Amino acid sequence: MFQVMRIINLAHGSLAVLAAFALFVLADRYGISPFLGILIVLPIMAVVGWILQVVVLERASRAGRLVPILATFGLAIVIDNFLFQQFGADTRSLAPYIGDLSYDSWQITDDISVGKIAVLTLVTAVVVLGAIQIFLSFTQLGRAVRATAEDPDTAGLVGIDARKINALATAIAMASVTLAGAALGMRATFDAYAGGTQLLFAFEAAVIGGAGSVWGTLFGGIILALGQSIGATIAPQGFLIGGHVAFFLVLFARLAIPGSIFRVFIASVLRSRPA
Amino acid sequence: MTALAVEHLDVRHGQLQAVRDVSFTVGSGETLALVGANGAGKTTLLRAIAGAHLPAGGRVFIGDEDVTALPANRRAALGIALVPEGRRLFVEMTVEENLLLGRMTGRRGEWTLERVLATFPNLKPRLKSRAGTLSGGEQQATAIGRALMGNPQVLLLDELSLGLSPLVVDRVYESLATLMRSGTTMVLVEQDLGRALSVADTVGCMLEGRIVLESAAAGLSRERITEAYFGLRTGRELQGAVP
Repeated sequence: MFQVMRIINLAHGSLAVLAAFALFVLADRYGISPFLGILIVLPIMAVVGWILQVVVLERASRAGRLVPILATFGLAIVIDNFLFQQFGADTRSLAPYIGDLSYDSWQITDDISVGKIAVLTLVTAVVVLGAIQIFLSFTQLGRAVRATAEDPDTAGLVGIDARKINALATAIAMASVTLAGAALGMRATFDAYAGGTQLLFAFEAAVIGGAGSVWGTLFGGIILALGQSIGATIAPQGFLIGGHVAFFLVLFARLAIPGSIFRVFIASVLRSRPA
Repeated sequence: MTALAVEHLDVRHGQLQAVRDVSFTVGSGETLALVGANGAGKTTLLRAIAGAHLPAGGRVFIGDEDVTALPANRRAALGIALVPEGRRLFVEMTVEENLLLGRMTGRRGEWTLERVLATFPNLKPRLKSRAGTLSGGEQQATAIGRALMGNPQVLLLDELSLGLSPLVVDRVYESLATLMRSGTTMVLVEQDLGRALSVADTVGCMLEGRIVLESAAAGLSRERITEAYFGLRTGRELQGAVP
């Protein structure tokens, strides 16, 4: 969403938790397995995203570069509190609904085993990112998305409908948010206010990997997770600090290197501030 | 038949009025050249016709259709193509991708990738190169090709010769000559007076947002244009030239 519409979606984490809760409701009340539930929630989230785009985000982006950040921040608060109203303070998980899969692992060697959910998540991430990459590189619509991301003004001149492209970008973002929520729910736990933490991780992963790069975010996520895991081996609460340390190291390195995306973004924000 | 008509167009950049009460028509298959000093409003006028800039007043017609309220992409679908000042290619994408994007207008016609490459053969070896790495002449060819891929009725060309060497400009205009003979309606913004006079049917001179001279190119003297260009003597003559 940042690339195509220059919108930083601060509601990203909360939307993932919303998707997780939706899957939870389907599993808890209707007995639908989360894997099947994903197929149901995906289109619903895409529609939610489309509505958000038309009702909130489009108007917000007309008002300047910083207003969408404010709008999505407000959206995150609304979603978090709505979830709290509906589901209370209890911590939930999708693990009970996927049986053994939640803790099963494959034995690689005598000393090394990998969790099945973890592998599944990684494979899904690679497949989804690969599909997005293929879409962007080899389809006419994908080219239109890249063109709109680069120069929306000229894109309009060659006949591209920017509104439709933005809606498409939002729908793709919402689909990945649903998968993120599912992975979170299956692997770990979530509660009404878990969105903030997830947003933080997503942001850190994107920054480490380079904002705007399709594979960069995957790479960033892996680095972040490695940082967290290393931190966890040092101290029980160390995993959060480990991740943040990795993030800050990369952030300062990027700020110091000229021409990085961050300097570009900060410069453009400063330019767009009202005098 | 009128391919393009502009009526009392007013375009502003914030408080600054860039185009004042501009009206003209271009017949089907004709070429109108717009000349004028920098800042006269030529680029703003073209962008307003293409829909990239919404006017404060007045109307734009493509054929018989009033397109004033339509955004740029809808006007492109109706047959207007703008080759912007400074080319405005998608520099991160290859030449081929830029050309293929021209098809987003959804209009069918004679212009295909093969025909564009036949018209601009210097692009053939550069098809897979990123547009940002091209030379000025190649970029101009790609920009024109991209506009042509949309099979436009009316082609708007903004400062083709900008930043290009005379030899390269010659080649670009040679390619355009075929286009002109095939009956495409064109509005050309050109700083080079000689070239403008040699290719156009009608010449319009803009000064401070207004059209101060509009005349058939045949028989129009350079002195007459120069006077209008600098605001020394103005008047609109559509029938013939006044020495």
